[in-house]
Amino acid sequence: MKKTSRRQAIEKMFKSGTALSFGGLLWGTGIKEASEADVVIRPPGALHEDDFVQACIRCGKCVEVCPYDTLELATPGEGKVTGTPYFTPREIPCYMCTDIPCTNNCPSGALDLTTLVKEGESPSINNSKMGLAVIHKESCIAFGGIQCDACYRACPLIDEAITIEKEINTTTEKHANWIPVVNSEICTGCGICEHVCVVEKAAISVLPREISTGKLGSHYIKSWKKADELRINTNPKLNEDKDDINSALDYLNEEEGLY
Amino acid sequence: MSFSFKNIRYLIARRIVQITILFLFAAGNYLGWKVLMGNYSSATFLETIPLSDPFAALQTIISGFLLGTDALIGAIIVLLIYSVIGGRVFCSWICPVNLLSDFSLWVREKLKITISNKILLTRETRYYILGLSLFLSIISGVAAFEIISPISIFHRSIIFGIGGGWSIILALFLFDIVIHKNGWCGHLCPLGAFYAITGKYGFLKIKHYHNNCSMCMKCFDVCPEEQVLKIIGNESGLINFGACTNCGRCIDVCDDKALQFANNYSNKN
Repeated sequence: MKKTSRRQAIEKMFKSGTALSFGGLLWGTGIKEASEADVVIRPPGALHEDDFVQACIRCGKCVEVCPYDTLELATPGEGKVTGTPYFTPREIPCYMCTDIPCTNNCPSGALDLTTLVKEGESPSINNSKMGLAVIHKESCIAFGGIQCDACYRACPLIDEAITIEKEINTTTEKHANWIPVVNSEICTGCGICEHVCVVEKAAISVLPREISTGKLGSHYIKSWKKADELRINTNPKLNEDKDDINSALDYLNEEEGLY
Repeated sequence: MSFSFKNIRYLIARRIVQITILFLFAAGNYLGWKVLMGNYSSATFLETIPLSDPFAALQTIISGFLLGTDALIGAIIVLLIYSVIGGRVFCSWICPVNLLSDFSLWVREKLKITISNKILLTRETRYYILGLSLFLSIISGVAAFEIISPISIFHRSIIFGIGGGWSIILALFLFDIVIHKNGWCGHLCPLGAFYAITGKYGFLKIKHYHNNCSMCMKCFDVCPEEQVLKIIGNESGLINFGACTNCGRCIDVCDDKALQFANNYSNKN
C-alpha cells in the first residue's frame, strides 16, 4: 500500500469534510422543505402531523386495505410529503368503516388505534379527528334561503356532527333559513359533506384541525362551566396574574398613559 | 465464443425473482392479492409475517420515534435474513432499482458512451451518505433518506402509481447512463452501503479457483463492483468484500469454472 504523507492525509480529510458539510447542508435544508406538507387530510387515527411524518414508514398498506380507494400515497411534486397517505374528500371521502382497516393495518404506529379511544371504550371510528368541516356561508345555498341540507343528510353522525338551525331569512323577513352548523367536538373530518355538497366548489370543506381550530389560551376561564371554573385554583398562570394586580391598577390610574 | 443458457442462468434467475416480487407487491395493491402487501419499505407476507426495511426502521428510531411492533419485528426479520445469507443480496436479487440501473448500463453500452468513464465518485461515497442519513435523521427528527429515497419513489411509482415520480426516475436512469457508470447502485446508494456492512459476515460468498482461471477478464467486464475482484488472476480464495452483491454474473460469464458460489464458513475453504 502506498504511504500517505501527513499533508495528503490532512488534505483528504479537509476535502471529505467539505464535501460532507456541503451535502449535509443541502440535504438538511431539503428535508425541512420536504417534510412540511400543504393542507393535507390524513387517514383516521393519524398522529399529529409532525409526528405522523416522522412515524410513517410509507408502506402504503393503509392505501391497499381501504375498500373505497379513498387513500392515496403522495408522489413527488404534489406539495405533500412524498410517500405518505392522504385523501381528497371532494373526490372520495372517508366512509368511516367500523373495522378501521387502515389504522388496524399500520405497522409503524403512524396511524394509532389509541387515538380513537374515548375513556374506557374500545376504539371507534366515530372518535377520529381527520379534520374539521368548515362552512363558507356565501357559497352555501342554505344561507340564501334554499332548503338544501345535503351535507346534513349525508353526515354519518347526523344531528350530532352537523345540525340544522333555523334563523330568520332577512330577505323576505317571514321565512326561515335552515342552515347547517358543524359541531367541532363531534366532527370526524370524514369529508362526506364536502363530497356531496351541491355547489360548484364545495361550500363545506374539511381542513386539518391545526388550521381550522383556534386556541383560547389557558388564562381564559369559562366561569359558567363548573369544571372550567375549577381551573382557577390549579392554573399557576392565573395566580401569577393576581400578584400583578397592583401594577395593572397603577397603569390605569396614571394619567400620562391615557392622553 | 460459445454462448449458452449457462452463461445467463443467474441473470435469468435474478430477473425472475425481482419481477415476481415486484409483481406480487403490485398485485397486492391493484388486484387485492394477499401474498405480499405493502412495499419494500414495509410489508406483510401472507398476512402474517411482517417485513420491514431495517435501514428505514433504524432512521426512524434514531430520529426519535419508536416504531410500532410490527414494523420493528419486520425490520429484525429482514436484517437477520440478509445478514445470514450475506453480501448485498438485496441489491442484486430483490431491489427493483437493479432492473432500472441494469437497463441504464445496457443503454450505456449500446450507445457506446465512454466519455464519462472517468471516475468522479469513489466507491466510498455511499458510506459517507449512509453516515449523513443517520446524522441528519437525528438532528432533523425525520428519517432523512426515506424522505428523498429514489428507491422508494421508484417502487411506489410502480406499486401505487407514478404521479410526479417520473422526474426522479428519469434522473436516476440518465445519471447512470451519462454521468457515471453504476453511479447510483455502485457509488451513492446508502441502502446498499448499509447491506454491505451488515452482510459482510454472511454465509454466501463467491469463491475463485485460481488454477482454472484463464485470465479472460470477462468477470471484470460484467461486475458492477469490480474492485471486489482484486484476487482474480492472483490467488484462489473467497471474494471477501461486503460490497459484492452476490449477483452471480461473474459465475455466469466464466467459462473456466474459476468462480463458484461457496459457503463462507465451510471447512473446505
